[in-house]
Amino acid sequence: MPVYNIIQAVNDALRLEMRKNPRVVVLGEDVGRFGGVFRATTGLQEEFGKDRVMDTPLAEAGIIGTAIGMALYGLRPVAEIQFADFIFPAFDQIVNELAKFRYRSGGEYPAPMVIRTPYGGGIRGGHYHSQSPEALFAHTAGLKVIIPSNPYDAKGLLLTALRDEDPVMFLEPKRVYRAARGEVPEGEYTIPFGQAKIVREGQGLTVLCYGAMLHVVMEALEKQGAAEFDPEVIDLRSLVPLDTETILESVRKTGRVVIVHEAQKTCGFGAELSALIAEKALLHLEAPIVRVCGLDTPFPYTLEMEYLPSPERITKAIADTARF
Amino acid sequence: MNQATAPGLTILEAGDAPPPFAILDDDGAVRADVDPALVPKISDADGLRIYREMLKVRLVDDRFMKLQRTGRLGFYMQSLGEEATHLGVAYALRQSDWVFPSYREPGIAFWRGYTLRDFTNQLFGNAEDPVKGRQMPVHHTFRAGNFVSISSPVGTQIPQAVGAARAAQIMGKDDVSVVYFGEGTASPGDFHVGLNFAGVWKAPCIFVCRNNGWAISTPATVQTAAKSIAHKALAYGFPGIRVDGNDVLALAAVTLQAAARARAGEGPTLIEACTYRRAAHSSSDDPSVYRKGDLDESAIWEKRDPLNRFGKYMTKRGVLTPAIEQIYRDEITAELQAALAAVETIGPPPLVSLIEDVYAQPLPILKEQLAELLALPRQKLSH
Ligand SMILES: Cc1ncc(C[n+]2csc(CCOP(=O)(O)OP(=O)(O)O)c2C)c(N)n1
Ligand SMILES: [Mg+2]
Repeated sequence: MPVYNIIQAVNDALRLEMRKNPRVVVLGEDVGRFGGVFRATTGLQEEFGKDRVMDTPLAEAGIIGTAIGMALYGLRPVAEIQFADFIFPAFDQIVNELAKFRYRSGGEYPAPMVIRTPYGGGIRGGHYHSQSPEALFAHTAGLKVIIPSNPYDAKGLLLTALRDEDPVMFLEPKRVYRAARGEVPEGEYTIPFGQAKIVREGQGLTVLCYGAMLHVVMEALEKQGAAEFDPEVIDLRSLVPLDTETILESVRKTGRVVIVHEAQKTCGFGAELSALIAEKALLHLEAPIVRVCGLDTPFPYTLEMEYLPSPERITKAIADTARF
Repeated sequence: MNQATAPGLTILEAGDAPPPFAILDDDGAVRADVDPALVPKISDADGLRIYREMLKVRLVDDRFMKLQRTGRLGFYMQSLGEEATHLGVAYALRQSDWVFPSYREPGIAFWRGYTLRDFTNQLFGNAEDPVKGRQMPVHHTFRAGNFVSISSPVGTQIPQAVGAARAAQIMGKDDVSVVYFGEGTASPGDFHVGLNFAGVWKAPCIFVCRNNGWAISTPATVQTAAKSIAHKALAYGFPGIRVDGNDVLALAAVTLQAAARARAGEGPTLIEACTYRRAAHSSSDDPSVYRKGDLDESAIWEKRDPLNRFGKYMTKRGVLTPAIEQIYRDEITAELQAALAAVETIGPPPLVSLIEDVYAQPLPILKEQLAELLALPRQKLSH
C-alpha cells in the first residue's frame, strides 16, 4: 500500500473522482499549471485540461460565486481557497447563498460542491495564514464541515464529499499536510460523514479533538506522560454532521472530558461540544468539562506556540481533569 | 448582411492600451520624443536620495533573501525590479499624504524615515518589533510616516484608502491618499468597490497598480480580459494612465500630476505601473515550476532595470559618481549590519504582549487566559 501525506491523499481522491465523474471540476487561484501553492492539485490540469482545472482570477467571492452557478447547472465543482484566512471575501456567497440555496428554493436548486481550504496554525504564518474558522461554518445551517487529521481519512472523506448531496466545507490541517503520513489504499473507498474515530480507547477521560490537534494530543500522551491517565482520544473528523453517539457513549463511560481545538475559545466548536455533553450527559460527569483552545486574540506570529494548545497545556488539562 | 441601425445602438468600445509613458530610455537618457517640460524638476539632492533609497531596497532584499535561504529568517518577499514604483511615487507625495501599502513597497517607508532597525526587528518579530511580533515578516506599520499597517488579504486596503481620502476631504485637508496593489489585486471586489466609491466621491485618492505580470503563478492574462488595468478607471469615471514602472522619473511625473488633480478637488487617478516580478513571489515560492522558457521574461526586464536606468541618468547629469555610489553601499550595509547585530541581542516579545491591543483594555477573560499561560513552565519558542 502506498504511503502518502495529506496533500498526496487529497490529490489522489481528486484524480480518482475526476476520472470517474466528468462533471467534477476544480477551480481556484494557482490550482492549474502550478498545481496549487501547496501542490494539492498537481498534475490535474495536465490530465484533465483547462476546462476541468481552472486557474481563476484572484477573487474568492468570484471563485465561490461561480462555483455555485456551476453546481446549480449540474457540474460538481471543487473550489480551492488558497488559505482559509482568505475565505472571507466569499463569506456572503457561502453563508447567504451556498448554505441556503436548497432551502430557499424549496429543494429545487441544490448546489452540491466542495470547498477545500488549508487551515490552522503552527507554520509561522501569523494571523492571516493560521486561522481556524470551522465554528463560523458549523454555525451556518446548510453546510457540512469536515476536517481530516491524516491521509487515510483525507482521501476517504474527500471522496464522500465529492459524492455528497450537500455543500461541504473541507478544511485541511496544513500544519500536518506533509508531516502526517500513512498508508492509503489505492483506488476508491469512502468514509461516511458523521462518524468520529476512536483513536485510542481508554477509561480515564474523554479527549475530543480534530485536525492538527489530534497530533498534539497524541504527543501529550506519548511524550508528556498524559497516557498514564488512560484517556480515550476521539478524532471527530466530521463537525457537521456530528457523531453525538460516539461522543456521549465515551463520556458516559469516562465521566470526564477535555476538548482541544486551536481556534479561539470563546464561541469555538468546543462550546458546542460542552453544551451537548451538559445537555445529554450531565449526570455522568465527575469533573468540569475543560477546553484547551487558542486564546481569545488574533493569531500571533512570534508567540504562536504559546497561543496554540501545546502538549504541556493539554497534559496539564488531562491531569487536572483526571484527578479532579 | 444588412446591419439594422437605431439611435443609441452603438456598442461602446475601449481603445487599445497605449505603450506605457516613459521618460528615460533603457540607458537612462531622456527619450528624444519626450517633451522636456514633462521631465520632473528633481533637485540633485532629491535625485541622489531617490537613488539611495532604491539601492537600499535592492541591497536589503538581497540580504534578507539570503538570510531566509539559510534558515535564519522565516519568510521574505522582495521587490527586485519594482523599486521605481516605490520611490517615484514616494518622491511625488508630501509626508502628510497617507499611504496604504501592499507587501511589496518597503521603499516608500524608507523614504519616509522607516529605519532598517525597525524593518529588521519587524522581520524577526522580536521584542523591539514595532508591531510586537504579531505579523508575518514584511507586514510593516510606520505610523510616523503615514504608512498604514499592511494586511495579507489582498485588496482590503483599496476601499480603506478611499475612505481616508474622503475623510481628508470632509475634514478640509488637502492630503491625498495613495494605495498600492498588484495587478492580481485588480480582480477582487474590493478593487472595484474602492474605485467606484472614489469616482462617486471624487476622492483625493491615487491608485497605484504595480502590474508586474504575475500573481504567484497566475499571469496577468488570467486576471482580466480588459485591454489594460488602467482602462478600468474609465468605467468608474476617472482617468487611468499606463506608465513605465521601471522609470522612476515617469512615475514621479505622473504621480505629481495625479496628486495635483486630487488636491484641486478633481478626484482620483488610477496609475498602472507596468513592470515585472523578476524574482519569486516570496521565499515560499518556486517560479521555475510555472514560469519556464518564453514565459519567463526576467532577462528582458533586467535590461530595463530601474535602479540601473536611474543611476545612469543621475550619472549623465553629473551628479552620481562611483565614489558616491560606494558611500551609499557602505552606509546601507553598515546600517543593516548594525540592525542584524542588534537582532542577536533582542529576545521574543513578552507573553503579556499576546493579550495587548486586542481591545483598548484587555478583557478580564484575556487576563485569565494569560494567567493560565504564565502558570505553565515557559515552553521553548522553537518549532
Ligand atoms: C484575499 C487573498 N487571496 C489570496 C491571497 C494569497 N496571495 C497572496 S499574494 C497573491 C498574489 C497577488 O498578486 P498581485 O496582486 O499581482 O501582487 P504581486 O504579488 O504580484 O505584487 C495571492 C494570491 C491573499 N493574500 N489574499
Ligand atoms: Mg502581480
